[in-house]
Amino acid sequence: MQLHRTLVSKLLLVTVLMFGFGFALVPLYDVFCEVTGINGKTSNVPATVLADGIDTSREVTIEFLARPNKDMPWIFQPEIRRLTVHPGEVHVMNYLAENPTGRMIVGQAVPSVSPGQAALYLHKIECFCFTQQQLAAGNKMLMPVQFYVDPALPAQFSTITLNYTLYDVTANWQGSAATENLGE
Amino acid sequence: MSAITHEHEHDHDHDHKPTGIKRWLFTTNHKDIGTMYLVFALLMFFIGGSMAMVIRLELFQPGMQFVEPQFFNQMTTVHGLIMVFGAVMPAFTGLANWMIPMMIGAPDMALPRMNNWSFWILPFAFLILLLSLFMPGGGPDFGWTFYAPLSTTYSNDSTALFVFSVHIMGISSIMGAINVIVTIWNMRAPGMTWMKMPLFVWTWFITAFLLIMVMPVLAGAVTMVLTDKYFGTSFFDAAGGGDPVLFQHIFWFFGHPEVYIMILPAFGIVSAIIPTFARKPLFGYASMVYATASIAVLSFLVWAHHMFTTGMPVFATLFFMYCTMLIAVPTGVKVFNWVATMWRGAMTFEVPMMFALAFIVLFTIGGFSGLMLAITPADFQYHDTYFVVAHFHYVLVSGAVFSIIAAAYYWLPKWTGYMYDERLGQLHFWCSLISVNLLFFPMHFVGLAGMPRRIPDYALQFADFNAFISVGGFLFGLSQLIFVWVIVKCARGGEKATAQVWEGAEGLEWQVPSPAPYHTFDTPPEVK
Repeated sequence: MQLHRTLVSKLLLVTVLMFGFGFALVPLYDVFCEVTGINGKTSNVPATVLADGIDTSREVTIEFLARPNKDMPWIFQPEIRRLTVHPGEVHVMNYLAENPTGRMIVGQAVPSVSPGQAALYLHKIECFCFTQQQLAAGNKMLMPVQFYVDPALPAQFSTITLNYTLYDVTANWQGSAATENLGE
Repeated sequence: MSAITHEHEHDHDHDHKPTGIKRWLFTTNHKDIGTMYLVFALLMFFIGGSMAMVIRLELFQPGMQFVEPQFFNQMTTVHGLIMVFGAVMPAFTGLANWMIPMMIGAPDMALPRMNNWSFWILPFAFLILLLSLFMPGGGPDFGWTFYAPLSTTYSNDSTALFVFSVHIMGISSIMGAINVIVTIWNMRAPGMTWMKMPLFVWTWFITAFLLIMVMPVLAGAVTMVLTDKYFGTSFFDAAGGGDPVLFQHIFWFFGHPEVYIMILPAFGIVSAIIPTFARKPLFGYASMVYATASIAVLSFLVWAHHMFTTGMPVFATLFFMYCTMLIAVPTGVKVFNWVATMWRGAMTFEVPMMFALAFIVLFTIGGFSGLMLAITPADFQYHDTYFVVAHFHYVLVSGAVFSIIAAAYYWLPKWTGYMYDERLGQLHFWCSLISVNLLFFPMHFVGLAGMPRRIPDYALQFADFNAFISVGGFLFGLSQLIFVWVIVKCARGGEKATAQVWEGAEGLEWQVPSPAPYHTFDTPPEVK
């Protein structure tokens, strides 16, 4: 019986560890995607280091897309559709948001870069997607994103598309607002 | 160890077993529990099968005829869940319970009380799942793979019941698997060394390890679905920083080893039957063991071949494509060894052998369509079409289910003490063989022509093939009634079976009388 007990406890340990592993896959997946940039996700952390210099020999076209999620009533669009930049140059781009409804709504924008491999080379210094955005009934605002393209961008990429999907997160607002105020 | 274990075990003997329902409720006997698992699996096979009949009835003609699309989706979902977790897996666990202690010369399973629990929670899991179909809004309708956000944002109120029942099924499987490992590890008779174990024991040993590694991951996946839907987490919700593609990674990390859980014990069964009826020892025993182990290891490295169309980078698709193709090597070794075992053997063709032979041919067809699906660029064409449905039904129905039927015929005389009706068995075999191919083979064609799976209607050009497939389906369903008839007839009586039953059968289970006594190997046998 003792013989069984030792083996059973080892096997139970494997079971518990594998249950934990299932949850560990969540951060592992995020880290893996961020390191390899294969999911088209840009970093949620503001870039602090600027590029060493501006590569004036190359031009890269950045296309801007904006899409409110189907349950999101905001009007949401980029100021311009297309911008041609030199790698290393810092640019600011504004997105227009308008809340046409009669109630306060909180939005969260989630970025996605296409082609996915280029996501690693698009650095954001400041972005409205880093925090949740609040708009009172009928209000409008400009939401800026400050970014530069890494000069190390492989030559095969001449166009990068940056898309933001905007979600209504008013339901989860209370808790997040508190932590954010603490953070500031 | 043997003498001590023997005396200790003696205290636990139930010399007076309770009668009636109490015998089955409280039993800790591996043979009783094995029988309950097998009967339960057969019942689930018919419930899941009747759902397949509803699906084929609706698809008999184009247009909507009998059921609503949402109910159709519930049928495909629950059919899949019941066949995977209710029919195939419990049937293999039942065979393991019955045969493993007898094959290794042990008096019972190592943990008899846990064995009782792991069976008895199972009916409740499926009762919950089946009753959820009657809830307002209906049962689960997001496919057995329950991809987020179908199972989170868009699912109906019964999702919590689905999650709960999958949790119970998982706990049952994990307990069963732990029991199998401990039994094989600690309770082999003296002289039963690792490399003397019958292949059914080896394949189950490896399957049990797969089970305890991946069932907890499935439990994690359903828990995340539960909290995403009801408790405001965002594991799979992009708005909250999650990712729906992550769901597919977690699910298939479980899901791919899961399909090997449903086929490795089948390999063990076929490796037992072929030598018996070829009257030759199994060709390449050691290579069979190593091939099984390498299939199990590789099964953890191929999950994303289910996800080629999610937009993975090329290097990732290449990695998963090559790893998937690599699995064909150990599987090829197995098929080669079975054929080599039969080479110049004195073969006879009783029902178990017929099903085992059909298994080899039809499983190999399913394996080849799997290789086609593994080719990334081709998969973009085949993904989510009936070609995939044809593929996994060839490996699961004419593979796993045929092996279970073969095993039932092979060991039925040992269980009941009577020979089954050979003529009826042959009728069952030929009806099943013909109808299973009428049912699944044309699915390859409609799939290649672009008919999508999980849709209750289809374009007109698929009408003839679908009518044909449905007829095959009804015939296959009816053919299985012959199986029930054979089992009932055999349990009631017939020609007395000898201890060895089959002329060429070898192994410890054939040394005990037929029917196998309630307690076997109270004194461990000596294995030479």
